[in-house]
Amino acid sequence: MVAGSRPTSCRNYRCWIERLNHITESKTLKFALEKTTEDMEQQIIRETFHLVSKRDENVCNFLEGGLLIGGSDNKLIYRHYATLYFVFCVDSSESELGILDLIQVFVETLDKCFENVCELDLIFHVDKVHNILAEMVMGGMVLETNMNEIITQVDAQNKMEKSEEATLGMRVSFVTVYSIAR
Amino acid sequence: MALKMVKGSIDRIFDKNLQDLVRGVRSHREDEAKYISSCIDEIKQELKQDNIAVKANAVCKLTYLQMLGYDISWAAFNIVEVMSSSKFTYKRIGYLAASQCFHDGTDVIMLTTNQIRKDLSSPNQYDTGVALTGLSCFVTPDLARDLANDIMTLMSHTKPYIRKKAVLIMYKVFLKYPESLRPAFPRLKEKLDDPDPGVQSAAVNVICELARRNPRNYLSLAPLFFKLMTSSTNNWVLIKIIKLFGALTPLEPRLGKKLIEPLTNLIHSTSAMSLLYECVNTVIADCCVCVKTDTCPRPPQLCVQKLRILIEDSDQNLKYLGLLAMSKILKTHPKSVQSHKDLVLQCLDDKDESIRLRALDLLYGMVSKKNLMEIVKKLMVHVDKAEGTTYRDELLTKIIDICSQSNYQYITNFEWYISILVELTRLEGTRHGHLIASQMLDVAVRVKAIRGFAVVQMATLLDNTTLLAGSGQHKSICEVLYAAAWICGEFSEHLEDPVHTLEAMLRPKVATLPGHIQAIYIQNAAKLFAAVLNGQQGTPDCQTMQESSQLLIDRLPLFVQSADLEVQERASCILQLVKFIQKLQHKEVEVGEEVTALFAGELNPVAPKAQKKVPVPDGLDLDAWINEPPSESESEDEKPVAVFAEEELRHARPHHTEVDEKELARRREARKQEQANNPFYIKASPTSQKDSTGVEHIPVVQIDLSVPLKVPGMSTSDKYLKLEEERRQRERKERGKKEKKKKKKREKRSGMGRRHDSGPESEEDIAPAHMVDIVTEEMPENALSSDDDEKDPNDPYRALDVDLDKPLADSEKLPVRAHRPTNILKSPADDGEVQEVPKEPKKKSKKEKRDKEEERKVRLLWLRCPNGEIQCTCTKSSKHKKKKQKKDKEKEEKKRKKQHGHSGDREGEESVQNGTLEEEPLPVCDIQGNLQNGSQVVVSIIFENKSTSFLKSMEFNVLDSLNSKLQRPEGSGPHDGLTVPFQLPPGVSNEARFIFSVQSIVMPQRLKGTLTFIVKADDSSTHEKLDFKLHFTCSSYLITTPCYSDTFAKLLESADLKGTSVRLQEVSLPFHHLLAKICFHHHFSVVERIDSCASLYSRSIQGHHVCLLVKYAHQTVTIDAKCDESSLLGNVLEEIKKTFSQS
Repeated sequence: MVAGSRPTSCRNYRCWIERLNHITESKTLKFALEKTTEDMEQQIIRETFHLVSKRDENVCNFLEGGLLIGGSDNKLIYRHYATLYFVFCVDSSESELGILDLIQVFVETLDKCFENVCELDLIFHVDKVHNILAEMVMGGMVLETNMNEIITQVDAQNKMEKSEEATLGMRVSFVTVYSIAR
Repeated sequence: MALKMVKGSIDRIFDKNLQDLVRGVRSHREDEAKYISSCIDEIKQELKQDNIAVKANAVCKLTYLQMLGYDISWAAFNIVEVMSSSKFTYKRIGYLAASQCFHDGTDVIMLTTNQIRKDLSSPNQYDTGVALTGLSCFVTPDLARDLANDIMTLMSHTKPYIRKKAVLIMYKVFLKYPESLRPAFPRLKEKLDDPDPGVQSAAVNVICELARRNPRNYLSLAPLFFKLMTSSTNNWVLIKIIKLFGALTPLEPRLGKKLIEPLTNLIHSTSAMSLLYECVNTVIADCCVCVKTDTCPRPPQLCVQKLRILIEDSDQNLKYLGLLAMSKILKTHPKSVQSHKDLVLQCLDDKDESIRLRALDLLYGMVSKKNLMEIVKKLMVHVDKAEGTTYRDELLTKIIDICSQSNYQYITNFEWYISILVELTRLEGTRHGHLIASQMLDVAVRVKAIRGFAVVQMATLLDNTTLLAGSGQHKSICEVLYAAAWICGEFSEHLEDPVHTLEAMLRPKVATLPGHIQAIYIQNAAKLFAAVLNGQQGTPDCQTMQESSQLLIDRLPLFVQSADLEVQERASCILQLVKFIQKLQHKEVEVGEEVTALFAGELNPVAPKAQKKVPVPDGLDLDAWINEPPSESESEDEKPVAVFAEEELRHARPHHTEVDEKELARRREARKQEQANNPFYIKASPTSQKDSTGVEHIPVVQIDLSVPLKVPGMSTSDKYLKLEEERRQRERKERGKKEKKKKKKREKRSGMGRRHDSGPESEEDIAPAHMVDIVTEEMPENALSSDDDEKDPNDPYRALDVDLDKPLADSEKLPVRAHRPTNILKSPADDGEVQEVPKEPKKKSKKEKRDKEEERKVRLLWLRCPNGEIQCTCTKSSKHKKKKQKKDKEKEEKKRKKQHGHSGDREGEESVQNGTLEEEPLPVCDIQGNLQNGSQVVVSIIFENKSTSFLKSMEFNVLDSLNSKLQRPEGSGPHDGLTVPFQLPPGVSNEARFIFSVQSIVMPQRLKGTLTFIVKADDSSTHEKLDFKLHFTCSSYLITTPCYSDTFAKLLESADLKGTSVRLQEVSLPFHHLLAKICFHHHFSVVERIDSCASLYSRSIQGHHVCLLVKYAHQTVTIDAKCDESSLLGNVLEEIKKTFSQS
């Protein structure tokens, strides 16, 4: 996911996050702050993917920001898990090692919420990934870093959703039964 | 209805959901675009359905498509619909979609204000949470202003989950609406002590972010943070606080000393590497401050040592961070870092690009005269090896940065530098051609001794044009030719074979270069031509001269046909000149001198800020008009400011002082002097130059002839490296001899200075090959020494630079919204209300006593009524119009009685007296233009029952005028009333809407109306009547319509707008309040604002354009207005005037 903004006015963005798939087929992106055009977002993703994917396994996890992500104050911080890249773009007010920890928390949270998360989970449930992320990062600022707290809130919301679905679901099954009976 | 729902549910089963879409996209790899466009068609169908579940599903899919890069802004309205669903599931989908695709320019955002406010106050904490999360992504200045107070309330919510989010989002609100910072800050500070760690962390986060931009304002919080730092165990919070201290210590050196101890403790105690690193970082910052004040008890040597350990670590992340921190020390303690040069150079070979880049940064501070060549050589090797263009470009800029830093301080041999630059031009596809070019120009202009060498090199470059222009798709490198051509032309006296170079510059291939370079080629070809003529002067054979003029005449026509104007113009000009010269040549007239005179004069470098620093001479008023401005400006150009030239600030009287002859003479003299000093001023004759500038006394040193001047092919910098080394060797030997002689002297002096004596050869010992005759950049005489020109006025954080300790003024309170959104500014009507409110209780109590015994007098309606206005956003659907209303009221009945005689004066509302009733109509109504139908106005009226009795059978009737008619259902007569579709229990209010058809909107309207109703009491009921007036102002026919400045300019250019203007005296409001007030009350939107000048735009429901230019100076506001309907405009201006006269 990417949270970012128009490169020319990048000064006011704080933190973007990006998760890229190896094949770039599923990208969950979140751009915080000012709106970029879709084309610009895609370009940033392509560029970022290009930068990140060609890096070796045992190099550092920081990439200096190019013009595209808003100049020298910003840098890309990423982690690589199997076929997935989790990329955050942060400015100098964030601690580099702290963000690496945050990515770890994010991945562990995904793992808990999806029960052994795999790539396909993230591809097919983009919305859920977003909802989890929303509990961690809000408007480009780190909201919560405690995994248990994040999971509690996510679960509570899912439960609410389920209970709403249950009422709808019942209606549906009633209809189904009705139509069969007829 | 039930059937419909059932049907919807069945449909839903067969609809594609998000997972199906993802699957589909994955299986249609080849024709993805086609598949997705079919999906979008499906989604469009789904969005048309009434079923919210179907809509939500569609929006969910759209969100996914947005992430794939498809524009979904067309569905913005549907997203708002889904957002306003009562179900959390759908709401969340809606907000997610909104956070992905809404931005400042999305017009439907205006519709969301009320929905978001509702969600914020929802009893379900997750509704609130999801709204806050969404809002954090798309908050606009309008939303921030309207919701600031609601969010501030949420900061004290009972649930920590909400508090945390509300605190964090405040930062976004501050950014968009800086006025909210001061009122909200005390509460934000309170949250630092919140029992919940999440909330505390969020508050620290926000304050750190604010303090990072304007640290000075937050110094007073230092003790609080100090306490937090020693007590908190949350690493996230600690890191933030420590970072904050890093920003504060430069402002308060004493803080640094205090911090050292707790920081050292943390370094020893923490196991978290991230925290440790931040501590080291802040210690470094402390030490840097201490050095400045000379109070530091310990050198940062310790930190450097620690960092060295980090850099040597096998973990690449730590290595990177170590280098990063090292560069911070470098700024203040270059020496302590320089001793680690080996380590840094080693990092240059690292396989990791990020680490190499960091190391490069460090190199910048490590170079000296001694090692510059060596380091650059190393870098050049990397340039050759570098595969990616980004890293190579970075290397290139670094090389140039390193070499050119502090005015070429470390360069001892400029021939070497020119060779390096020439070598760099060989890089294909670099983006920094212009950088190399500007370096070449700079060096050639400023280092006189090098010109001969540079010209030869440049001539070689020009000869290789084909090689340069033909290679690579990145044309940037051909910028170098720009420099080469200019240098060859300008310093043509150094050329060995000018005719050859002239030929090289006029090759047909040149025409493929970018226009600005071609133009330089042509201009400099002319200079070369002049040089050739001058060189051949006096020699008997004029063969060369005639050949070269023929060459120009042959080749130039190609450029005369150029599509580039500049090229064309110069080429044709010079072509004619050459033709003329050729004629003279045939007549055997000597022309060399005259042609040379065209290009006579020396160019001197001028400091970049020189222009700004020229002091304004006494008696010159730059703002004064030179000629009286024309009364009506016809030349309306793109800038809206220029449109209304008519008024001009009369108070800014030009100081037209009488200038006597003496003064004139003095000024003339001064001007001559200035021209003489101005390198760009072409002097009348070359002789006038002699006494002009200081160029003459710059020592020009002969070039060391051990360096061969003519280099076959491209030069290699290595050669110079070797030569330089030899030279230094030689010099050292010579010095060695001298040294012996001086030994005695030196012994006496030893111990004084010479701190740099670290290596075998100290800095000072290296004499530059050329006396470095770097011409310093010129500044105008008596330049102003102001250095405040760095600040960027567009910095969004500047607005947040406010004093937070000052007590709050009343005017700063956040806009609270009781019933309808009110502006932070009080409208004149609001003022009226404030005056009336205190009177009310008294009246009521009196009345109530009477009421008890006497006939039941019902005090009832709080009729919210006209004079009000609405802003209606332009959405496609008229059903979902959003209104931002404003209240306005008529006088209360009681008052009317008293003032009956002159009630007409105030707002012109006459009341129809009703003796028996004590109504207090404080009507607020929204009159809202119907966009779909230019002749319809929707009036929303809120009825509030203020009595203790039940009201029913209300009937609303208005006496139609010729122009405005209440729309009644078919079949009813023109005087029948409309039944209000609800009853009012005591204390309840409700809103009803009535549609009026209006024919002409150019005049304000007043309609008399009556409301009849039955008051039901326990035992009996009575029939009562209330009279009111509806005031349709002209402003209420306007609809706030955003307008871009270019369309605005076009509009003004079109001739059919008529203009007029008004002037308001003694307006003491700040300008932005004033603008807000006009926008708010009269439905304008600001198109552009420049200082105290702004252009505003609005549109009437019948499509009239109304344009305003508001200027503000010395409490006087001038409004120039244009509209295609002059009487409408007149009335609107009248209303604006009234708004301000009452405030």
